[in-house]
Amino acid sequence: MSIETREARQPWILLSPALTSILLLLIVPLMFIVVYSFWLRTATGADQVGFYLDNWAEVLTDEFYRDILLQTLWIALVTTGVCALMGYPAAYFIARSKGNKAIMLLLLMLPFWISYIIRTMSWINILGVSGAFNSVLISIGIIDEPLQLLYNQVTVILGLVHFLLPFMILNIYVSLEDIDINLEDAACSLGASRWQTFLEVTLPLSLPGLAAGGLLCFVLGAGTYITPVILGGPRDAMFANLVFEAIITQLDWPLGSVLSLVLIAVLGSIVLVYNRFLGMRQLMKGLA
Amino acid sequence: MSAVKLENIVKKFGDFTAVHPMSLDLPEGSFVTFLGPSGCGKTTTLRMIAGLLDPTDGGIYVGDRQINDVPIHKRNLGIVFQNYALFPHKTVADNVAFGLKHRNVPKEERERRVREALELVQLPHLANSYPKQLSGGQQQRIALARAIVVEPDVLLLDEPLSALDANLREDMRVELKRIQEQIGITTIFVTHDQSEALAMSDILVVMSNGRVEQVGDPKDIYTNPQSRFVADFLGTSNILEATVAEENGVAGVKTDAVGFVPLSSAQMDKLVGAANSYLVMRAEKIELLAADAPADDRLTFTGKVEAVDYQGQLVRYFVEVNGEKFQVLNMLGTDGAMKEGQTVSVRFKSEDCVAVGEDA
Repeated sequence: MSIETREARQPWILLSPALTSILLLLIVPLMFIVVYSFWLRTATGADQVGFYLDNWAEVLTDEFYRDILLQTLWIALVTTGVCALMGYPAAYFIARSKGNKAIMLLLLMLPFWISYIIRTMSWINILGVSGAFNSVLISIGIIDEPLQLLYNQVTVILGLVHFLLPFMILNIYVSLEDIDINLEDAACSLGASRWQTFLEVTLPLSLPGLAAGGLLCFVLGAGTYITPVILGGPRDAMFANLVFEAIITQLDWPLGSVLSLVLIAVLGSIVLVYNRFLGMRQLMKGLA
Repeated sequence: MSAVKLENIVKKFGDFTAVHPMSLDLPEGSFVTFLGPSGCGKTTTLRMIAGLLDPTDGGIYVGDRQINDVPIHKRNLGIVFQNYALFPHKTVADNVAFGLKHRNVPKEERERRVREALELVQLPHLANSYPKQLSGGQQQRIALARAIVVEPDVLLLDEPLSALDANLREDMRVELKRIQEQIGITTIFVTHDQSEALAMSDILVVMSNGRVEQVGDPKDIYTNPQSRFVADFLGTSNILEATVAEENGVAGVKTDAVGFVPLSSAQMDKLVGAANSYLVMRAEKIELLAADAPADDRLTFTGKVEAVDYQGQLVRYFVEVNGEKFQVLNMLGTDGAMKEGQTVSVRFKSEDCVAVGEDA
C-alpha cells in the first residue's frame, strides 16, 4: 500500500471512534427526541404513540414559553456583553504582556479544575444571608439586617459571567496574539494616537475572536440550566429549566422533547447566522 | 525634510548596553545607511529615532526640534517595516490614506495625494486591492507609498528589502533610490547587506557591538577602512598581523607572509598608538599569474592554489603563501582558471594595501 493510499484512508480510521460516538450518542438520541415530540402524554401519564401536533402547537403559541425564551436570550445576551467588556482588557493584557504568558493562561484555565456546580455554589457563601459580603457589612455597622442579594436575575448573570469569562478571554487572546505588533507601530507612526490605533487597527483585527467568544458565551449561556437553579429565584427560570421540569418532574417526555427541539433550533439558527457572516474558522482557532 | 542629529544617544536594556554613546550628523536630503551584523545596534538606533524605543540618554534632533519626548504619532516620520506592516483589513488606497486621514487632510486632497503616491511607486491600478492579494514587491512599494504620502521629515527603512528574493531586491534597490532622489527626503536605511549599503548610500555608518565603527562615503570606507572590523566586514579581505618597520628610509609594516610592505604616511598615521597593527589586502587587488609569467613592478610571491571556488565571471582562490592562507578574487582569464595544487605567482601593489590599528 502506497503512502498516498494510506494517507487517504488515515483520517477515516482516526476519526471513526469519534464519528461512531457522535452518531450513537448524539444523532440517534436526537432522532428519538424528534419522534417523541409528536407523541402525546395522556391523562393517565402514559405516552400515546402517534403523530400529534398538540405539544408543538402549545409551545409555539403559549406566551409563557415565548417569554421564558426571550428572557433566556436576554440573559445570554447581557452575559455575553459583560464577558466581552470584562474579557477584552484581560485578553489584551495577556497578549501584550512581556511576562510569562503560559503562566497567565494557566491561571485563566485554573477554575476549570473545579466543578462548575461548586464554582456556582460558591456565590452562596459570598452573597448569601450569612455570606461573606453581608457579614462584613454587618460587622462594620453599615447595615443591621442582611441584604437579600441572591436569587435574582443579576446573580444568574453573575454566575454565568463567572463561568463563561475564560472562554471569552481565550478567544479574544488568540485573535490579538495573531495581530502583528508592527501594525500598531505603523499606525502610530502615521499619526494615529494610541486610542485611534486601537479603534482602527487592533479592534477590527480582533473582531473575529470577539465574535467567536461571543457566540460561545451566548450559546453556552442560553443553554444553561444549573446556574438559574442555584442562583436564580422562582421567576428567573431559563429555557433549559423548562425542559428539566417537563421531563424529570412531570415525566412529560413529548413536551420536553418539543421544548428541547425549539431551543436547539433557536441556538442553531444563531450559529448559522454567525457562520454566514463570520465563518467557523475563527471559532475553531479559539477552541484549539 | 530635515537634517537628523543624534547627540550621545545610549540605549541600555537592563545591564546590557545595546547602543553605546553615539553621535551623528546626517545632512538634509541624504541617504544614510546603518550597516552591521545582527545585534550591532542598528535597528535599535532606528527604533529610537522612530520613537518606538526611548533612548536611555542623549538627544535626538530632527531639524532644530528635539524629539526625544515627542510621542511617535506626532514625530512626522515615515517608517517602512521589514514585513511592510500593511493593514490587512484596509484596501491599498485606505492604507496609503491612513496617515493623511489622521492629519485631517480634506477628502479631495487626500484622494489626489494617494493617487500621486501610488503613481510614484507605479502601482496606481492596485488602489482597490487588499494587501493579501499583492506580491511581496508590490506590498513593499505600497508600504513605501504609505510612508511618504504624508511628506514626513525623515524616512526610516528597517531592512525593507530583506524579505524579497534576490532579483527583485536589486530592482527595488534601484527603485527605492530613484524615489528617494525624486522627493529628496532624508532617509535612514538599516541593512546587514553590504552590497545594498554600498550601492545606495550617500553616507554609510558601519556599526558593530553597539558602536559606530566608521562613518563616511561608502567608497572611502571600502577602500580605506579605519578598523579591523570594517576591513573584515566589507568585502573580502586578507588581514595579516603586522609590525611597524622601516626599510631603506621608507616607512611600512613587516609581516610574516609577505615581509616588508611600504605604506603611505596617511596609512602609517593610522597605526600611531595602536596596540595591534594589521595589513589589509583586498582579495580582488591580488592577482594570480602563471608561475613563469614575466616579472613586473608589483610585489611578487610564489604560492600554491589550495582550493578553487568558481563563481561565474569571478573565481575565488584560496592560495597559500609562506604558510599563510590568502583569498584571491580574480576575473576568469581567457586561458581558464588556475587548478588546485598549481604553483602560481601572487602579485599585488603596495599602494593597494591599507593598514588598520586596534586599541588594546
